[in-house]
Amino acid sequence: MSKIIIPTPLRKFTNNQTTLETSADTVLEVIRELTIKYPDLKNQIIDKQGGIRKYIRIYLDDTDIKTLDQEKTEVSAGSVVSIIPAIAGGNIT
Amino acid sequence: MKKLKIYPLVIETIENHALETYPEECCGFLYGTEGDIREISHAGKATNIKSENKRKRFEIDPLEYLQAEKYAMANNLELLGIYHSHPDHPAVPSEHDLKQAAGYFSYIIVSVRKNKINNIRSWQLNDQQEFEEEEILDLIHVKVNS
Repeated sequence: MSKIIIPTPLRKFTNNQTTLETSADTVLEVIRELTIKYPDLKNQIIDKQGGIRKYIRIYLDDTDIKTLDQEKTEVSAGSVVSIIPAIAGGNIT
Repeated sequence: MKKLKIYPLVIETIENHALETYPEECCGFLYGTEGDIREISHAGKATNIKSENKRKRFEIDPLEYLQAEKYAMANNLELLGIYHSHPDHPAVPSEHDLKQAAGYFSYIIVSVRKNKINNIRSWQLNDQQEFEEEEILDLIHVKVNS
């Protein structure tokens, strides 16, 4: 089994679950499993084209899946998949 | 209006951080407990990883964000928001703030003018994805006019 960390802003879509366990083999399957179990989470993670939303990062352990095999990245037992909202901003001008 | 209690040490951390990085923007994490009145009891500094234009923009390293979530879990706290500074601008969310804001979080903004703390205000996204101000209870500015 591997673990999924749900970030605080998305926990209202997972019945306030902080972490979840999964036996999925790839990041894509993890997300699919997660969004089937918690359908309201789908729009928060997936864009209209079916990809990961622009302001969401997915990490496998400490590595951005963008630098691995994207959504096809394999998830091995004991690893941690984290969903991370991109945090940025700035002042008015 | 939602209510927010912020511990004095948190205000001190935010104000000191804003002054340290002035005229560039600072940013960091807010931890505490949720209830009828949200309580922010801890603040943690983050690194503004923007490579340019730090006077007007901030960005937090995703790994640092992940560490913040883990810190909250390990310490029986909740990651409840983000703080950042607006050097020489009001403590009001900008379009850039809105574009990447996450629901549920409190966004504390500290305005710094001419190397002095101007004011602190807090904001949260509503269901219409607009920022609404949160009322900060018993706010004591630690660094005003220092």
